[in-house]
Amino acid sequence: MSELAPLPTRKDEAFRYSDLDALAGVWPVAREEIVVPTGQSTSLSVVEEGEGAVARHLLIEIEAGAKFDLRILNAGNVFGRVAVDVRLGEGAEFTMGAAQLGSGAQTLEIVTEVSHEAPNAISNQIVRSVLGEQATGTYLGKVAVARGADGTDAGQSVRAMLLDRTATANARPELEIYADDVKCAHGCAVGELDATGLFYLQSRGLTPPQAKRLMLQAFIAEAFSGAPEEDRLSEAALARLGAIL
Amino acid sequence: MLKIDNLQANVTASGADKPILKGLSLSINAGEIHAIMGPNGAGKSTLGYTLGGRPGYEVTGGSVEFDGQDLLALDPHERAAAGFFLGFQYPVEIPGVSNVQFLREAANAQRASRGEPALSGGEFLKLAKEKAALLRMDMEMLKRPVNVGFSGGEKKRAEMVQMGILDPKFAVLDETDSGLDIDALRIVGEGINAIMRKPNKAVLLITHYQRLLDYVKPDFVHVLAGGRIVRTGGAELALELEEQGYEAVA
Repeated sequence: MSELAPLPTRKDEAFRYSDLDALAGVWPVAREEIVVPTGQSTSLSVVEEGEGAVARHLLIEIEAGAKFDLRILNAGNVFGRVAVDVRLGEGAEFTMGAAQLGSGAQTLEIVTEVSHEAPNAISNQIVRSVLGEQATGTYLGKVAVARGADGTDAGQSVRAMLLDRTATANARPELEIYADDVKCAHGCAVGELDATGLFYLQSRGLTPPQAKRLMLQAFIAEAFSGAPEEDRLSEAALARLGAIL
Repeated sequence: MLKIDNLQANVTASGADKPILKGLSLSINAGEIHAIMGPNGAGKSTLGYTLGGRPGYEVTGGSVEFDGQDLLALDPHERAAAGFFLGFQYPVEIPGVSNVQFLREAANAQRASRGEPALSGGEFLKLAKEKAALLRMDMEMLKRPVNVGFSGGEKKRAEMVQMGILDPKFAVLDETDSGLDIDALRIVGEGINAIMRKPNKAVLLITHYQRLLDYVKPDFVHVLAGGRIVRTGGAELALELEEQGYEAVA
């Protein structure tokens, strides 16, 4: 997509659940290129919790034996979109942990395409969404394993928690595999907070919002677990959860 | 301390609407330990959940006065802050939430609603260590997620550690003895005595069996059948039940 790319429509799969009106205000989206050179390891935390619409598009090239750790807190915008395209070299490693926390009429989306183009690379994506009121949270994630990329290990774990029946979660983990010897796991679940657990916590004295916050904190913890900036991300997420409840 | 008068309650969970408690009356004074025994389906757990305010248990008549307050008008967390504790027959697993964090937040939420200052991290840990030791529970277990991976016996001991930390005035203990081996039964029994056998506290034990009552001597034993108390006696009634069964006694 160049600077002159036309505004996407609903027919574009990657924008199927997007907020196109909000997107129009931030279009075209600049592409942010990141290269992790052979053998190196870096990390990035993307925290979107401002007021306006935000769309980002990261292009990440992880060269042979390199590692990249990406964490995303997608929260607090009318519209928040983070698109991530990753290409993995031989033995490279990509970790992504993302939390999307939305309420009101927010539309939050994470759209990834992870290409395993050489053997023995590892990718692991964890996405946790907490959605209240009329919020929409989407994860579209494609993992492509090229011919010859044997020894690929790719994981996608996608879970959403709906706080209200009016909220919407879309999840589409996708695998496209052309190699023989690969390990690809994907799981996806949408649910509500366990009523028995909530009652148990309240029976010990926690107010309903406190009980929910505690359970949601646990629900999203995995997204930031082990991140270099785990504490900062968890605190920001917790503050946002408090606001949603 | 607790005065239940003609309590009627329906279980409305999962679409059903079935009357379970059909006019249950019971008075418990400070300093007393009462045991409720009864056959399966008599309404024992329904009584516990109704007193605790669990959603799906709807009061259709009667009243419950706790320490001068209308217990049934309070939300579950307000009941806890008022000094009411429900020990669960099946303690709930909360993945990802450590016991220490949960209990400190719970204790401080209760304190806040009573206008008391919050416990600091250090104060809380000292209290938790003391109560864990009472129940012979390793502090390391309290750092783990609530009840996750705990055996049946460990869950029940953890319930009693919670009770020790929260220090309620009144506790309903729903089959706290189920799932316990002989040693754990003794430890739990001694824990209940240490925490709750005080002139200003009271306990309602819900149990199927006499064995817990060997360790926690009840002042009164009630037989619950068909949603009502059908017989009341002293500790000897439990022995009689054990020998002759519910049908003969009730």
